[in-house]
Amino acid sequence: MTSIVQFENVGLRYGTGAETLSDVSFSLVKGGFYFLTGASGAGKTSLLQLLYLALRPSRGLVRLFGEDMTSMARDRLPLYRRRIGVVFQDFRLIPHLSTFDNIALPLRMAGVEDRDIEKPVTEMLAWVGLSDRATARPATLSGGEQQRVAIARAVIGRPDILVADEPTGNVDPEMAARLLYLFDGLNKIGTTIVVATHDLHLLSRIGSATLMRLEAGRLNDPTGALRYPPKRDVM
Amino acid sequence: MMLGLAASPADRRLLREGRSAGPMPWVIAIMMFLTVLAAAAGLALSNAATTLDSGLKGKLTVQIADPSPAIREAQVRRIVIELQQLAAVAAVTPVPEAELMAMLRPWLGDDSIESDLPLPALIDVELRDATPEDIGLVAETVRRAAPAARVDAHARWLAPLAGLLGALTWLSATLVILMGVATAAVVVLAVRASINTHQSTIDVIHLLGASDTQIVRLFQRRIALDALFGGSVGLVLGLGILIILGNRMRTIGSELLGSAGFGWAGWLALLLLPVAGAVLAMVVARVTVLASLRKRL
Repeated sequence: MTSIVQFENVGLRYGTGAETLSDVSFSLVKGGFYFLTGASGAGKTSLLQLLYLALRPSRGLVRLFGEDMTSMARDRLPLYRRRIGVVFQDFRLIPHLSTFDNIALPLRMAGVEDRDIEKPVTEMLAWVGLSDRATARPATLSGGEQQRVAIARAVIGRPDILVADEPTGNVDPEMAARLLYLFDGLNKIGTTIVVATHDLHLLSRIGSATLMRLEAGRLNDPTGALRYPPKRDVM
Repeated sequence: MMLGLAASPADRRLLREGRSAGPMPWVIAIMMFLTVLAAAAGLALSNAATTLDSGLKGKLTVQIADPSPAIREAQVRRIVIELQQLAAVAAVTPVPEAELMAMLRPWLGDDSIESDLPLPALIDVELRDATPEDIGLVAETVRRAAPAARVDAHARWLAPLAGLLGALTWLSATLVILMGVATAAVVVLAVRASINTHQSTIDVIHLLGASDTQIVRLFQRRIALDALFGGSVGLVLGLGILIILGNRMRTIGSELLGSAGFGWAGWLALLLLPVAGAVLAMVVARVTVLASLRKRL
């Protein structure tokens, strides 16, 4: 059992305001499935931003893949970002690119040659059921289709960690169930999944998932199980 | 790849605007037009100054104004003999009286020239090196042979003109540099505007693992092409004006204006200005984008 993410006494402050996150400590096990919950303003998105390397903490230690991200030179960070897939709450698809090109972006950023891109992207389009929308622009896609493009883009590079911010926030229950099915499938092939959500009903759908609850910027971990995960075979 | 001009078509699609979008290429065209004119003026003036300098350097005129023709001729002979013995002197040539009269005829008219108007005797002296010591030695030698004779260094007569040409050459060079600075400023503003326009795209590809170099490449390629386009337009307009001015100057027939041209190296330098502008724009774009990216993690 290997820790893929470690947060130790992490604090995050924007400017000179109060801390958004305080003394957050936890370890994520490789191949684990985690739900991050908490009320609005509890700090879920900030914690995810630390996780997908959009921010550095104001204090404390963030280790990803065994490397200290708090002191790492910024020109090395892209290599680690490529190992993390992100499904943004607002999808953040690039509006003037086709579905195909949006999904292909992480491969292109990783320097994959054009001739090696078509096959995996075509397979990914089929996996998310959008083969017939490959040339469509995001504006012409429905909300559910946009979300599937966002997910396909997040997983096309076979990331070690998949981070999703409120992925079921804007979809109907059926689509939410399908989404979780996709995530579960990825988790079964070894991807560590972190899903921020308000929807506690999702928890019951993934039996092996671990709950992380943020309250006013602090992680609720009375037993210390998040900081020191119990030894068990996740796979 | 290092220059960032080899982005793939897919990478180029990441930034939506096409080439020649916005006012930047046209502003650069105007800048390049003015730069071509300033650079051409600088090259021409520099060439004229060099021609003037080489034409006058080391040339002296000795003037003997004694009213007695016999004494004048004796002094001329003596000065020629004395000067020919100096190692610093390359040539000593008395100016024939007929040539002197021909020079004065347009101003004095035939009647005055044919009368007994006393004309000074002139001797052209050419020095091997125009050092102040050599000029001093010639003056001293002439003074010994003919105390009333005067020695004029040609370079001294035209020193103010040579100084003006030099100053104008520097002014032209300064203008070229200022145009370069202004072009760089335009590129900075255009790149910042473009970064703002594409902020959301940059944010996404940054978080998907794009390196600074990859993002920079998207901008610098397009900026370089825009600058090359604008620069080429400015060059064509500038060359058109230069050709028209060249034809006008040839019709004047002035020796000084005629020397104010430049050879193939000058033309080549002008033709390379758009390329230099594109390289400058690309470097400025790179620095601007990198500075912007370094503000984020």
